[in-house]
Amino acid sequence: MELFVIFISAALVNNFVLAYFLGICPFVGVSNKLSSAISMGMATTFVMTLTAIVSWLLYNLILIPYNLDFLQIPSFILVIASLVQFVEMVIKKVSQPLYRALGIFLPLITTNCAILGLALFGSMREYSFAENIIFGLGAGAGFTLALVIMAGIREELDLADVPKPFRGAPITLIVAGILALAFMGFAGMI
Amino acid sequence: MKKQLSSWQEFTKGIWKNNPIMVQLLGLCPTLAVTVSAINGLAMGLAATFVLIMSSLLISSIRKIIPGQVRIASFIVIIATFVTIVDLVMKAKFPALSKALGPFIPLIVVNCVILGRQEAFASKNNPGRAFLDAIGMGSGFTLSLIVLGTIREIIGSRSFFGIKVLPEGFEPWLIMILPAGAFLTLGLLLALVNYYSIRKEREEHESIIAHYKRVGREELIEELKVN
Repeated sequence: MELFVIFISAALVNNFVLAYFLGICPFVGVSNKLSSAISMGMATTFVMTLTAIVSWLLYNLILIPYNLDFLQIPSFILVIASLVQFVEMVIKKVSQPLYRALGIFLPLITTNCAILGLALFGSMREYSFAENIIFGLGAGAGFTLALVIMAGIREELDLADVPKPFRGAPITLIVAGILALAFMGFAGMI
Repeated sequence: MKKQLSSWQEFTKGIWKNNPIMVQLLGLCPTLAVTVSAINGLAMGLAATFVLIMSSLLISSIRKIIPGQVRIASFIVIIATFVTIVDLVMKAKFPALSKALGPFIPLIVVNCVILGRQEAFASKNNPGRAFLDAIGMGSGFTLSLIVLGTIREIIGSRSFFGIKVLPEGFEPWLIMILPAGAFLTLGLLLALVNYYSIRKEREEHESIIAHYKRVGREELIEELKVN
């Protein structure tokens, strides 16, 4: 039950994009087509779950026992970057179709603040190992959901007559604001 | 080869023409998240500016030693070191502010403004120019954060840097200090910036046409319209 609450909280109530503003760059950049939004969402969820596992192990088995927690920021970012690189190489060798679907998005994810944010939140809130994995999955699901909804709206928006100064980024941000308002409706769930 | 900008232009380009937030749309995550009040915006801006200046100086000094293939990784490690310094200093000296900004101080590491300037500028220029560029970009970033924070704080909680400025009778708009308000405010600000640059472009266009009319070269106007 506890795990379920963590999942719902990360995916809907405290959505990474719409409540914590993490991962705004891909949210604005990759959300103009539905198909690439789905691929990006899947790739991010995958990396988030892996990050949740690895960062928990790193933090609780190495940094804490040896009193190295001041190295948290550089070690997290290095481990995430090398992990993503490694995953990209493995996918390229093992499955070409999967690589074509996720490949180009993987390097972009390394500097996505949602991933580092996830690792930092996980260590700040002192989740257990299982909780942290569920937290990663939920955050990824929430990110995918927000990205896919946004892409759907933007495909319709292409047909709308938007005033000239609002075209491009401004209207995207305003739509995101309205989406964030809608997601506030989930606040009463837990 | 592009003409080299003067030192003054190097400094001012980050504040207006290439403002990292309003024009380049970089570093939006911390921008939206921390600007519930002007003071938070100022703190975040200063922290990021410090990291930007220090890493620009260091990277431009050792730019010839860093091998090309591992430059991004080296940049990130250098940036992460300075971010750790800022994070620890803030935790020790300003615990309240550090709590308010939460994970967004560590997240300066992945702020695209900083990594972007290292890749685009500091790794190709000498420390002096990199320093000017970093100060300019940092000021542009900080100013935008303060503007956003000021608007949200005044309308959302009736105060400015913690001092009440609007009368009790004004009902604060709660939405402005919620996440949705951040998106809406930045969206409207960007539209305003766009509006001014579109208008300026049109004025320039019209002044060129007027000039051609004065000198009697009507055929050039047609040419301009085709383009």
